[in-house]
Amino acid sequence: MTAAPSVVAVEGAAKTYANGTCALAPVDLAVAPGEFVALLGPSGCGKTTLLRMAAGLVAPTQGRLSWWGADHVPADDPARRIAMVFQSPTLMPWSRVLANARLPLDLAGAARAEGDRAARDALAGVGLADVADRYPRELSGGMQMRVSIARALVVAPALLLMDEPFGALDEFTRHKLDAELNALWHTRGGTVLFVTHSIQEAAFLATRVVVMAARPGRIIADVPVPAAQPRTPAYRGSADFAALCARLSAAVAQASGEVQAQ
Amino acid sequence: MTPRDELPRAFGWLAPVGVAAVLLGLWQGAVTAWDVPAYLVPSPARVAATLWTDRALLADSLRVTAGIALTALAIAIVAGVATALLFAQSRVIEASLFPYAILLQVTPIVAIAPLIIIWVQDTRVALVLCAVVVAIFPIISNTALGLRSVDPGLADLFRMSRATRWQTLWRLRIPGALPYFFGGLRVASGLALIGAVVAEFVAGTGGQGAGLAYQILLAGIQLNVPRLFAALVLIAATGVVFFAVTNALARAALSRWHESELPPAE
Repeated sequence: MTAAPSVVAVEGAAKTYANGTCALAPVDLAVAPGEFVALLGPSGCGKTTLLRMAAGLVAPTQGRLSWWGADHVPADDPARRIAMVFQSPTLMPWSRVLANARLPLDLAGAARAEGDRAARDALAGVGLADVADRYPRELSGGMQMRVSIARALVVAPALLLMDEPFGALDEFTRHKLDAELNALWHTRGGTVLFVTHSIQEAAFLATRVVVMAARPGRIIADVPVPAAQPRTPAYRGSADFAALCARLSAAVAQASGEVQAQ
Repeated sequence: MTPRDELPRAFGWLAPVGVAAVLLGLWQGAVTAWDVPAYLVPSPARVAATLWTDRALLADSLRVTAGIALTALAIAIVAGVATALLFAQSRVIEASLFPYAILLQVTPIVAIAPLIIIWVQDTRVALVLCAVVVAIFPIISNTALGLRSVDPGLADLFRMSRATRWQTLWRLRIPGALPYFFGGLRVASGLALIGAVVAEFVAGTGGQGAGLAYQILLAGIQLNVPRLFAALVLIAATGVVFFAVTNALARAALSRWHESELPPAE
């Protein structure tokens, strides 16, 4: 346990916005290498704020964060890259799919040929090798999201941050992409921090579910998910899965009940 | 009812041409039936004949007016985009200077034109300057809005990738601003022509470098109403050509990715 430092460690970090809104009460969270941690909670529980802190996009107003034991996001270490997938695909509509997937390498000043090769590999990894020359608008919402994931994977990130990436998709597409994401993570490894408000999605994907509650945003439960990897469709129908969902559901309900009772 | 999408493609230009044919026919018929004198309302045929007989005079004037408008439009594009880029660099610059851009917009050109004409010796330069003043605002305000309207997710991605200011401008803000810029250009192209015509009216310059506005002024004084109409037709036609060209430019730049220029859904 003590050998490898946490990929990202949050120590008493809190966020209060300038208008006085407390988005996140002080929380502690340590994510170990190779974990797939789901941040599960209702709207307004600060899970996205916590994720953006882990991305280095938002600074906490109190407390501190560290990445691989250092107090800043590592800049030029290829083994410690951080990538993020957003709620919407956030693709550049004026660029073809290949150029979109290549963007992080372009910004890092990589050679065009090297970038193209990595982008094609990343697209193949999400099953989109044959749409590299299309424009984003020609793709379905699910395919656009997969391009967005390919764009994140193109830098081979050690830490992948995902902010409700499938929240806007229909349930069938979401189940399919959840299964693909699980297979992808299982084969390539790495650490994932995944924000969701879907109990089933958290239970299906994660090795550990961190349950959060709102007003103020805080962590109320930390539930390990020992089920075997890779997760299969059969796992969704298992008694373990049902029991886990019930437990997570109870934790969320209890937290919101507390608020109502106040 | 036929859904919008199922209109035949040619309808887009056939319909307005049909309307024009019907209106011109009615006009011609009315003028002939009531025997209206040409110094009150000339018939379309008479206007067409005047366009032909006065073609040398009118073509010279058209060249002058279109030249002024095009020069002004080019200057408005360069100066307007440069100003918008300056605004995009900092909120402070934008907040300090934008009110003056608005001031430029709300002051009627007929009110400033005499001043510009007094201050600037060369009449042609003065006219171009007036047209620039009229045409520049939509370019500045639209382009500045476009440069500000960045997808917040993409902006985060650029930050996380440690993109330089230049990369963010060139790869994110400028492509994203293009649809807004072309929206502004479409308005500005018409305004440049209006600015050129209005300024010439105020200046009232005749002689060698007389534009279409001067021909209208002169024809009005001489009660040469057919020529007045002919000059009007040329101004309107020039405006339509400007609009068509800016439309074609927008389509060429945006057709593959932006909603405003996509073909109708299949």
